[in-house]
Amino acid sequence: MNKINSIRKDWSLIETLITQDRKILDIGCGDGGLMEQLENNRNAKTHGIELNRDLAANAIARGFNVVHGNAELDLSQYSNNSFDYVILSQTLQAMMKPKDILSELLRIGSKAIVSFPNFGHWKIRLQLLISGKMPVTESLPYTWYDTPNIHFFTIKDFLNLCNEMNIVIEKSIGLTSKGRQFDISESITGVNFFTHEAIFLLSYKNFEPIKIKSSKKVFAKNSVIAN
Amino acid sequence: MKTKFTTDTKLESEIAYFENINLKLESGDIIDSFKLAFKTYGKLNVYKTNAILVCHALTGDQYVAGNNPITGREGWWSRMVGPNKPIDTNKFFVICSNVLGGCAGSTGPKELQNGSDVAYGGNFPSVTIKDMVKAQSLLIESLNIEKLFSVIGGSMGAMQALQWAIDFPDKILNIIHIAGALKHSAQNIAFHEVGRQAIMSDPIWKNGKYFENNEVPERGLSVARMIAHITYLSENAMHRKFGRKLQSRDIISFGFDADFQVESYLRYQGKSFVERFDANSYLYLTRAMDYFDHDETFRKNIEFSHNPNNHLKYLIVSFTSDWLFPTIESKMIVNQLNSLSREVSFLEIDTDKGHDSFLLEEPQLDDVIKGFLTNNYAKIDE
Repeated sequence: MNKINSIRKDWSLIETLITQDRKILDIGCGDGGLMEQLENNRNAKTHGIELNRDLAANAIARGFNVVHGNAELDLSQYSNNSFDYVILSQTLQAMMKPKDILSELLRIGSKAIVSFPNFGHWKIRLQLLISGKMPVTESLPYTWYDTPNIHFFTIKDFLNLCNEMNIVIEKSIGLTSKGRQFDISESITGVNFFTHEAIFLLSYKNFEPIKIKSSKKVFAKNSVIAN
Repeated sequence: MKTKFTTDTKLESEIAYFENINLKLESGDIIDSFKLAFKTYGKLNVYKTNAILVCHALTGDQYVAGNNPITGREGWWSRMVGPNKPIDTNKFFVICSNVLGGCAGSTGPKELQNGSDVAYGGNFPSVTIKDMVKAQSLLIESLNIEKLFSVIGGSMGAMQALQWAIDFPDKILNIIHIAGALKHSAQNIAFHEVGRQAIMSDPIWKNGKYFENNEVPERGLSVARMIAHITYLSENAMHRKFGRKLQSRDIISFGFDADFQVESYLRYQGKSFVERFDANSYLYLTRAMDYFDHDETFRKNIEFSHNPNNHLKYLIVSFTSDWLFPTIESKMIVNQLNSLSREVSFLEIDTDKGHDSFLLEEPQLDDVIKGFLTNNYAKIDE
């Protein structure tokens, strides 16, 4: 798959995760392509953030609500739960603080959609193993010294982080390098090996309040207290 | 309300008279009758959905496009407004009025006091941006336009656009706010104060009564303009335009003539300004900008407005080299609107032309304004 096709494929999968009439923030929205698709096909109300000045200008000129800015600095301005979905497509690996971004996504959105290239794909493992050099592939096409991708991680890494952050994976879609699509949660073995790109629909766990039957307030280690 | 329209043939401008209207100003003063000079471009459509109000900056006037009879030059934004221009008068009905307190035909210190043959001068009441917008809203009402499609302005014009969003959100659909801020900063007030002091220390100013002897405090007003003009540019733009180039000479004079091109340019700016602008009006309008402050109140005003404003769209634009209204000031507006989940777009345009960029050749500004207007107008047309 070339880059453009891969993005189109990504967008159409993202669209399948989104219900009608929702309010959406697209981080790194480019010139508004995905926003346009979601407005047309899902009757969504869209907002976008774009770092690149020319792309932001194009998106604004196309009539979209787009703020020219840096997601790592500018997400804090949005109020809690101000969007139904916050989308971060193919960008998490380029963020300075991916963990902070992830928690910001789920603060301002009820749900987050995150897609990224899997660094655990067998081609990448093989390249590093055989050549001993940092891998260059279709989904990670940059040499190590000029790549915008500064945090490399695999599906396993991502699942561990979600677990640590009490993030629920509601849906997950994997794509092989041939573009074949499968459900990551159902195909346990080899997922981290064969998945080329992954798309996750995330939300926070809802905890039942813990009832404590004690005159003294003693909290068990690692228990989570809901508000 | 009694409104009367006439045409000032000398100024080639329409004048709307508001008689016995008792306009209450923010200061508490009341102007019983006033007039606004305005120009319109293009045609209002049958449903009256294509009206755009353009608000002028500190020294602008109603001649936004076409010929300006006062200066004999093109209107101040004729590169932006006109047939097939970004604000396309083939499609939109564009209104621009001289602000209350101005000196191009609207009621201001230069005009005669009601029922007298003496000009207001220093007796003119203090006006604010809010007062200017209130007067504009009466003009729009008297033109029988219920809803403006857009209010657009740069600098002091941006202040008016923002004030429209606060005071009359139900009468507009969107604003385009260029090179503005929630408040006039301490530095900006400081520059205005120097300008005002230059005017008031000119012996001809005479407490604002210079017109009694048919005189003009030219020295003071031109110095005020020279200072202000520096703040509208940027160091890079000045360097690019003038550098240390000498004016009409090969060697320096070891005197105080205008040796450098930049000096000659500023002197020319000052001199030509005196011919078209009233010194008292300059005092009043700079003061109106100084008093503009929505720093603490903007968010509350938008969130708890009794006028519904959820439908409003905002386009906020700043320029990288604008140190008078820097990007950070625009971003404060954007942040507050985003925190309220409002429909806001923001662009910082990369240019070295300083605050004045909005009046100059900036293709990206043209593109976003044209696109924003066209696409949002198409949406209401559906």
